[in-house]
Amino acid sequence: MTSTTGSSPAAPAAKSGRNEILYFALRNTKLVIGAIVFIVFLLGAIFGPMLATHEPLTFDAPPGLPPSADYWFGTTLFGQDVFSQFVHGLRSSFIVGALGGITAAVIGMLVGFFAGYRGGIIDEVLNMLTNVVLVIPTFAVLLVVAAYLSVRGLGTEAMFIGLTSWPWAARAIRAQTFSLTSRDFVGMARLNGESTFRIIFGEIAPNMSSYLVMTFILLFGGAILTAATLDFIGLGPTDSISLGLMMNYSVMNAALQLGMWWWFVPPGLAITAIVGSLYVMNVGLDEVFNPKLRAL
Amino acid sequence: MLRYLARKLFIYLLTFIVAVTIDWAIPRFMPGNPVDALVSRIALMPDANAALTSYFMAAFNLDQPLWQQYLNFWWALLNGDLGRSIMLFPTPVTTLIGRALPYTLGLLLPSILLSWYVGNVVGALAARRKLLDNTVLPLGYLLTATPYMWLGILLAWVLGSSLGWFPLAFGYDQSLKAEWTWKFISSLLYHWILPFASLFLVALGGWAIGMRNMIIYELESDYANYLMALGAPQRLVRKYAFRNAMLPQITGLALQLGAVVGGALVTEIVFSYPGLGWLVLSGIQNQDYFVIQGVFLFIIVGVLLANLIVDVVYVIVDPRTRVGLQGDAA
Amino acid sequence: MLAVSDLKIHYRTLAGAVKALDGVSFSVADGEIMGLAGESGCGKSTLGKALIRLEERMQYVGGQVTLDDKVLPIADDRAMNPYRFREVSIVPQYAMSALNPTRRIGRMIDELLEARGLKGATLRPELERRLAILGLTPDVLGMYPIELSGGMKQRVVMVLSTLLDPSLLIADEVTSALDVASQKKVAGALVEFRDRGYVKSMIVVTHDLAILAQVADSIMIMYAGKLAEKAPTRTIVEAPAHPYTRLLLGSLPEVGIRFEEKRLPGIKGRPPSLLSPPTGCRFRDRCPLAFDKCAEEPPFIEIAPGHQVACWKADAHAEG
Repeated sequence: MTSTTGSSPAAPAAKSGRNEILYFALRNTKLVIGAIVFIVFLLGAIFGPMLATHEPLTFDAPPGLPPSADYWFGTTLFGQDVFSQFVHGLRSSFIVGALGGITAAVIGMLVGFFAGYRGGIIDEVLNMLTNVVLVIPTFAVLLVVAAYLSVRGLGTEAMFIGLTSWPWAARAIRAQTFSLTSRDFVGMARLNGESTFRIIFGEIAPNMSSYLVMTFILLFGGAILTAATLDFIGLGPTDSISLGLMMNYSVMNAALQLGMWWWFVPPGLAITAIVGSLYVMNVGLDEVFNPKLRAL
Repeated sequence: MLRYLARKLFIYLLTFIVAVTIDWAIPRFMPGNPVDALVSRIALMPDANAALTSYFMAAFNLDQPLWQQYLNFWWALLNGDLGRSIMLFPTPVTTLIGRALPYTLGLLLPSILLSWYVGNVVGALAARRKLLDNTVLPLGYLLTATPYMWLGILLAWVLGSSLGWFPLAFGYDQSLKAEWTWKFISSLLYHWILPFASLFLVALGGWAIGMRNMIIYELESDYANYLMALGAPQRLVRKYAFRNAMLPQITGLALQLGAVVGGALVTEIVFSYPGLGWLVLSGIQNQDYFVIQGVFLFIIVGVLLANLIVDVVYVIVDPRTRVGLQGDAA
Repeated sequence: MLAVSDLKIHYRTLAGAVKALDGVSFSVADGEIMGLAGESGCGKSTLGKALIRLEERMQYVGGQVTLDDKVLPIADDRAMNPYRFREVSIVPQYAMSALNPTRRIGRMIDELLEARGLKGATLRPELERRLAILGLTPDVLGMYPIELSGGMKQRVVMVLSTLLDPSLLIADEVTSALDVASQKKVAGALVEFRDRGYVKSMIVVTHDLAILAQVADSIMIMYAGKLAEKAPTRTIVEAPAHPYTRLLLGSLPEVGIRFEEKRLPGIKGRPPSLLSPPTGCRFRDRCPLAFDKCAEEPPFIEIAPGHQVACWKADAHAEG
């Protein structure tokens, strides 16, 4: 196919479906820049810990060193390697983001699909539940839950974040489902006697897949932010390091007063960059999937 | 309109009951029995030991059936009894919260209201104006993606530690006595600026983006198109769009409250600011569960009240909630 | 009197320019209600919008529009503004949602009039009189749009749009969202407003040929960005000359059914892409009568007084 026989005339308009989406996706600067930033940090989370020459939590380095060839991101007040903490923390952030995002997305989808599709009393009950969880300041709930858990792992943290962050997603998905349910192809499936489950996951979900992807991206970013906040308050995982914990340790141990910027700048910068890239990607995806927005 | 408010009120009541139930249930059903942990902690404080042990027996009433415990909990709560602090025994938790609350409110209210207002204006200006939009949009996304505490840390580091323009910690100069003198008030304000600024800035980004998107949506709506087709000047169309875009932003205010409160807690921690966040942190560090639970309930009540206020405001501002019922019938 | 000559409007898309209007010339006489029909995407809505306000994606490419011997600056949004509402007006397709939902209707109208340099109070009696003609009480002015039914909103919009007695009114799919009874009322109101002289001439854009048969003096059929045929309503209904018109009418079973909802049973295939339209007659690929000469573009010419067609066969037909 590398030869230029010119078998097909250059006609971008002729592309359709998947190809068309890809065509617009690659041309969307927001999406491309967001994806690049996200992937860079993701690679850091995957391969960084292999590059780190020191353990994140052992005290084997000279304390309070600024960045150097030996300690790329410097060391903490207690002689821990900041780079190693940083890459391990990155990994934690991605794990919490993914697990928390998935948990919230699954609950949000189940609630949203069934409420929107079944309507009636199921909708009323689920709607009430959504409203209650929506109004509760979930961060305060997480605070109490985490405070009572003496041993906390990344998984538990992610699960609790997921359990409290689904309501807005459920609401949005419900509205979308509601409008799709009135369409012809759903009515046909209903007449054919297909089960609710099959209609929802065979007919409705695929027709709003782009919307679901964008919802998941926002849930992912939200979970990372929430986790960082919890960690910073001292309620993060007790068995590992995270970006929020790094900031907590640095503030609690006077890094601000001592001017040890290398201790608190990288973790916050990473969170901002990851979450920011997710938001920007989301805007880009919106433009790609929504022809109305992409016209100019 | 009354039905609208009544429905909302019902949801808030339900939410309150759920929240109190969670508050009651968590210590009882969490693994690793916190009461044991508490009692073992008491052993370290001989003077408080006897008093606390009897207090726990009364507070948890572990020998009574669950439903009785639950009712007791409600009874105590409705009498304004949130228990006593362990770290500052025997100070009641309500007293500690009462001391911290003004600081938190002093941070939260101005930053929420001002960021909302300024964000809306900036967002509205940015919408459909290429040049401004190109700076507001990226900056807005950057700010909303920033963790509250990190912006606080950066401000403290640059403006506080490096440049020395602002104090790094505390609610006021610790050498002063808390009294209503000019010196004390100016010290309060001086210490307030940085934590306020970090809360304000992070929240600002979200509002600006939200408003920008809403305005664009409104400017593309049918009524805007119709007005423009009838030759209405931009001024009038934008005025309508702004007004209508405000409505979802008011609802958004209620939805964002929880997140901003969380932001305030961590910002206080960064600046050792003596509000609820700092109280919670001490509670966590000292395993002072009554304090944590008390703060939790206060936040819930505060957020629910704020929601209610937002609802009332919404009813006043949006005519559709007032005439909705007749409209459906017509 | 409206005269349009060689009007070209393109839609800008990333994939290129969609030639939605590709050289359109026609005129509408004073007192004439002209129906404009065709399949979706044929350019009829684009034409309606182009005469009053170009959307952001619409690009003026060429041609001229004159209304009562004045050239309308349709390409210049600002310069066009003084003509809107006063000279050219529109009853939009979305009349149900055309009113600001958070303003009382009377107040919104006053604000609009004042923004146009008029006094709401002086026009109020006339406004109320015209509302009464369409069976609406002055109370509606004190209401919010949500308090009105769809049909009522539609009538309010009709009154507002014609309040300044414009020379030309574009009625864009005004009946498509209504039930049959309301359709009849709206159609009657259009004729009444013309008869009372509130509007000089009118272009009624619609899918619904049955409605046009009731209200229109003449009907113009569009196909793929070009004009296919224009003739008095009787001629179009009884002796259509363009094969496309004939197929449209043949596939028009009963009142109120819009041909767009089904694929035209008598016409195979779909209209061509307007990104790179084919040369020659654009209907060629679907036309049962197509022959060699159709590779050349047929001119839009008069074959009888007031009857114009763009088809080689129609011309031959008329001669023979």
